[in-house]
Amino acid sequence: MAALDELAAAYVEARSDPGFQAELEALLRGYVGRPTLLTEVPSFAAAAGGCRVFLKREDLAHTGSHKINNVIGQALLTKRMGKTRVIAETGAGQHGVATATACALLGLDCVVYMGEVDTRRQALNVARMRMLGAQVVPVRTGSATLKDAINATFRDWVSSVETTHYCIGSVMGPHPFPVMVRDFQRVIGVEARQQVITATGRLPDAVIACVGGGSNAIGVFHAFIPDQGVRLIGCEAGGDGLATGRHAATLAGGSAGVIHGMRTYLLQDADGQTLDTHSISAGLDYPGVGPEHSWLAETGRASYRAITDAAAMDAFALLCRTEGIIPAIESAHALAGALQMGAELGAEALLLVNLSGRGDKDVDIAARWFGHLDDGPGR
Amino acid sequence: MSLVTAAFEKAAAEDRAALVGYLPAGFPSVDGAIAAAVAIAEAGADVIEIGLPYSDPMMDGPVIEEAVHQALTHGAHVTDVLHTVEAVAGTGVPVLVMTYWNPVDHYGVAAFAADLASAGGSGLITPDLTPEEAGPWLAAAAERGLDPVFLVAPSSSRRRIELITSVCGGFVYAASLMGITGARDAVGGQAAGLVRRVRECTTLPVAVGLGVSSRAQAAEVAGFADGVIVGSAFVTRLLQAPDQAAGVGLVRDLATELAAGVRGR
Repeated sequence: MAALDELAAAYVEARSDPGFQAELEALLRGYVGRPTLLTEVPSFAAAAGGCRVFLKREDLAHTGSHKINNVIGQALLTKRMGKTRVIAETGAGQHGVATATACALLGLDCVVYMGEVDTRRQALNVARMRMLGAQVVPVRTGSATLKDAINATFRDWVSSVETTHYCIGSVMGPHPFPVMVRDFQRVIGVEARQQVITATGRLPDAVIACVGGGSNAIGVFHAFIPDQGVRLIGCEAGGDGLATGRHAATLAGGSAGVIHGMRTYLLQDADGQTLDTHSISAGLDYPGVGPEHSWLAETGRASYRAITDAAAMDAFALLCRTEGIIPAIESAHALAGALQMGAELGAEALLLVNLSGRGDKDVDIAARWFGHLDDGPGR
Repeated sequence: MSLVTAAFEKAAAEDRAALVGYLPAGFPSVDGAIAAAVAIAEAGADVIEIGLPYSDPMMDGPVIEEAVHQALTHGAHVTDVLHTVEAVAGTGVPVLVMTYWNPVDHYGVAAFAADLASAGGSGLITPDLTPEEAGPWLAAAAERGLDPVFLVAPSSSRRRIELITSVCGGFVYAASLMGITGARDAVGGQAAGLVRRVRECTTLPVAVGLGVSSRAQAAEVAGFADGVIVGSAFVTRLLQAPDQAAGVGLVRDLATELAAGVRGR
């Protein structure tokens, strides 16, 4: 609690400090590459019933995903608190890579905890983190995925809090993390809202994003929350389908509870034990969800749907072939959601999709899925 | 006065610290955990903590995590925990359940409190529940006569300790090292200072946990605290034993050694 109180106080102070904001702004502009582009994808949209689809190109941010927005903010805060070491959990590895990058830039020691299953399916990102000078610790406990990496990172933190900041990667965990990460990510929606208006003269009918912990979704949703006419659509990992139980669709298939220091929706059994999750996407393979998403779901301001592995991979292939953009498999869930929304809303619809990351890290998984490798089983 | 506080007072009257032993339910089996916990009670422990195995034991070290993982893999349920409490409470030693919050939340706080009381349990130790979020549990605890035990840490401020001790019952659980559970070679030097700071805020007994594994360490902690909590060291014995019966024997031997330790202040 003392650590959280310290962090909350430091964050509140930094948030209202023009010097901190200027430093953050300069790095976002000159290092991350903000504002990121807004790209219209008409050939992709033709498959979505002929509506207009715009992608917010977080895949073009430095390190290849939106994760860097939050990490730069927290790394600056770490220095401001006088701490020298940063620890982080990572699922797909994008947050780990972003954290390792920011630590290299700002001269901070970096340790990243990653489920052993994820270190195997995202081996390229493990190598990237090590190249950037981070120590990567494979976590073998539990299901050896993201939730276990989070457990391991919290364990490190309670023993090291005097020197160490826990740079959490999503809008989750105890206060102030969900608020702080939301604030660092809301730049996505602030930019996109203006860019869509500039390009089309109006607001989109729906804003669509994938949801694991939910940071890219909150980031793109937040500026649109007051725009009641804009539907906010979160796409969770439906895995093999909700009915199979092999999924990670927390809001679509879970119930309220407490996990990782937050009250939110989670996937749990009759005893309140966390259930094992499944998704082709390591970044969405998490049994909880940021509490603000639970609130948006309960109030009806946003709606959430489960996208199966197969639907996500179909959308992945479609974007590659029609637009020459290889998305992260996480983001492909949002693309699949856009195909559904286009069909539901019709040809007059204007959709904004947050393309949260690029697919370089997923080439191996995707190639196996599509049978592009000679040695592996394919489909 | 609660049974737990009374157990501490009895120890104080004998000019010694209380020994508090922890084991997770369901490990190495439901019956094995009961046998081991009963052995700890019979060897001289004053209070027993029964851990509720949870899938995400964020504040436990590798030893307890491994035991809990095995317990869950073998199919341990919340009902087994209540059964374990009932069996161990039969020794006459007060039994607390130590649990992460979600299983209680999911069971229903009032229902859990009722069933724990029916099983003869004395209260709950809740490492990941803050007093700010504890309203329903405190109400249920008061209704059922259960002790709500909360943790303080060396990093806890005076204000935090005041808040925690104002809602705490039975005893105050002082985490002697910053960090997770697990036996350490050196008991945290911060422990004595923490106990002193807690005593400035409450008349409840203060027990120190996280790190004690030997008679000498037990004696050292007994020199400044009202109680000595031992968990991982017992679990290690069970993990290392060739079979369940041998494990129970090793646990009994360690409890006997530690019971001598708390009398050696």
